Amino acid sequence: MKRIITATVQNRSGVLNRVTGMMVKRQFNIESISVGPSETEGISKMTFVVEVSDEQKLEQLTKQLNKQIDVLKVTDITDKAIVARELALIKVGSSSQNRAEIQGVITPFRASVIDVSKDSLIIQVTGNPEKIDALIDLLKPYGIKELTRTGVTAFQRGRQPENVQEMNALIF
Amino acid sequence: MKVEAKPKELAVEKNTTTGADVFIRSLVDADVDTVFGYPGGAVLPIYDALYRANTPFQHILCRHEQGLIHAAEGYARVTGKPGVVIATSGPGATNLITGITDAMMDSLPIVIFTGQVATGVIGTDAFQEADIIGITTPITKYNYQVTDLKQLPRIVKEAFHIASTGRPGPVVVDIPKNISEKITVDEFDTAFHLPGYQPTVKPNPLQIRKLADALSRSERPLLLAGAGVLFADAAEELKAFAEKYQLPVTTTLLGLGSFPGTNELALGMAGMHGTYTANMAIYECDLLINIGARFDDRLTGAIKHFAPNAKVAHIDIDPAEIGKNIKTKIPVVGDAKEALKQLLDVNVKSTNHDEWLHSLKSKKEDYPLWYDRSKELISPQWLIEQVYETSNGEAIVTTDVGQHQMWAAQFYKFDNPDKWVTSGGLGTMGFGFPAAIGAQLGRPDELVVSIVGDGGFQMTLQELSVIKERNLPVKVIIINNEALGMVRQWQEKFYEERYSESLLTENPDFVKLAESYGVKGVRVNNEDDVPKVLEDVFSYNGPVVVDCRVVKRECVFPMVAPGTGNHEMIGVTR
Repeated sequence: MKRIITATVQNRSGVLNRVTGMMVKRQFNIESISVGPSETEGISKMTFVVEVSDEQKLEQLTKQLNKQIDVLKVTDITDKAIVARELALIKVGSSSQNRAEIQGVITPFRASVIDVSKDSLIIQVTGNPEKIDALIDLLKPYGIKELTRTGVTAFQRGRQPENVQEMNALIF
Repeated sequence: MKVEAKPKELAVEKNTTTGADVFIRSLVDADVDTVFGYPGGAVLPIYDALYRANTPFQHILCRHEQGLIHAAEGYARVTGKPGVVIATSGPGATNLITGITDAMMDSLPIVIFTGQVATGVIGTDAFQEADIIGITTPITKYNYQVTDLKQLPRIVKEAFHIASTGRPGPVVVDIPKNISEKITVDEFDTAFHLPGYQPTVKPNPLQIRKLADALSRSERPLLLAGAGVLFADAAEELKAFAEKYQLPVTTTLLGLGSFPGTNELALGMAGMHGTYTANMAIYECDLLINIGARFDDRLTGAIKHFAPNAKVAHIDIDPAEIGKNIKTKIPVVGDAKEALKQLLDVNVKSTNHDEWLHSLKSKKEDYPLWYDRSKELISPQWLIEQVYETSNGEAIVTTDVGQHQMWAAQFYKFDNPDKWVTSGGLGTMGFGFPAAIGAQLGRPDELVVSIVGDGGFQMTLQELSVIKERNLPVKVIIINNEALGMVRQWQEKFYEERYSESLLTENPDFVKLAESYGVKGVRVNNEDDVPKVLEDVFSYNGPVVVDCRVVKRECVFPMVAPGTGNHEMIGVTR
């Protein structure tokens, strides 16, 4: 099962290495990681998307993360009401003839063109991973020359409604 | 003629205190009395400061860095205090890796200081540079590289704190040469800052209540005691608890001594080479209370057959160990001593389990540990029994890994805590002898016996120099079967007697070898000579190496074959 786990960590050198090294050593399958500063100086926030086989393995993961001395807090937010976003940059082959057509494809995704050259476009899109997957599929026929994704970063929503699962069904 | 007065010399003395001096002072502040170290290029400033400080603590120069770290482990195991190691950068530091991993697996508090090349050249593949932070990240509880001298006293303090609290473990502090060379002028930053490190010591009373409740309803309760009991200094509480409710007790390999081996309630060690009674007790119990053990695979055997009838309760200071290998009904996060104290305070209405005790007692009588005593040669098991008797069961015993380790665990009945020093989790050959050096330094007045194999001893025997130099009365008993005994046993049992590279046909003459180091060497071939030799050796005031020629093809029994359950032991009887 796929889980989203966030960790608040002390921003010390080697912390990312320690955390990911632990996950590799204990055979946890990491799909994506995103790391960046948080609202507090010296504290960073990590968001992991992981694939775990069962509850026991998931519990192990959160416990092992918590055990790290630089880790302040670990939350499995998968079953909470959350916002989860990822950014992707996609370079597609394009000439003057199909630029407008591509624009038409990306508009419903609220993606934007951030670079244009003679034979390519760079498209920037943010959203949940599924939305990004969908856009990538649609752009494939034009020839994807380069693609990079940041991995998911996520937050709990301000308000936690009763039926959370349904709301989050859209995320994956 | 007026002579101009010479300008007076400035009253202010030139500050010559270096980072290395600050470091030495930090060790003194941490109450360090023994350091295991080996000098080298990147730690020259530290060794100079040590020289100038005029023996602020004893420094033990082992002859290989692996010797340093195992000695520190032995010291930590018997004293409960952190073992301290200093090694130089690059090869000095990488030679420590086996021991750091060993300490991590067996939760030993060790603080390791490694030299590093100057900060300016880190990352350039400089002479004797190794990425020791990267290398030790997966095998340490925590590690630091000092990048600013200001932080040094704080880091040393934190390192000792982290190593010795919660679940103990090794901490590496990497000190670049320019930091230890630097003349100090700065104010130091000494405030502790570890917001993410707060081990839970006091268990949740609710969980204790649950455990007590389960105990009151159990008909076949069993205690499993691990090294956590020893680290928490809780042997007394464990004994009180077991006796109060008449609970049978089995221990892990590392937990030997946490409960008196000769006590009526003791079932002996459980696991791969544990007693039949202990393993069957685990199989049959309806409540298994694990105190400070981590359900290692050598203990559990095939997990699907492990304690199949039991509700499992697990007391551990490391929450990540609870539920890691075995599903646990009642988790109790906390220190073993605190938990046992709380449990003793609760008055459990214990059901009568006389029948259970009775059945275990008859198993103990019907299926004791056994061996066929050789008529011509020395049987290794018998030899261990002699060591046990001659030392009145009071020696500190250290071992490597393998057959001799299992026989020592089986036949030396430890009645007291902190007398048993062995490499459990990592199973390190070459551990026992240097560990004995550390143990002897930590407990100078006690008899320290290092039971080693002829294979393992050859991995770290260069430390004979240390016992000679310091006149440490360590007694090395080599169980010499001219083989890597456990490897040979597995090849005999599971690889159709194909003895691939496991027979040591060209061993040195261990007696001459010892003598070449200036250490007394003795050889014993005959059973008849054993009691007298041991008597003499143990009463000799100095180090001795005893080369004991034992039966070569002996196997350790009983045994849980790999992949099988604890109830399917082989070799339970003749």
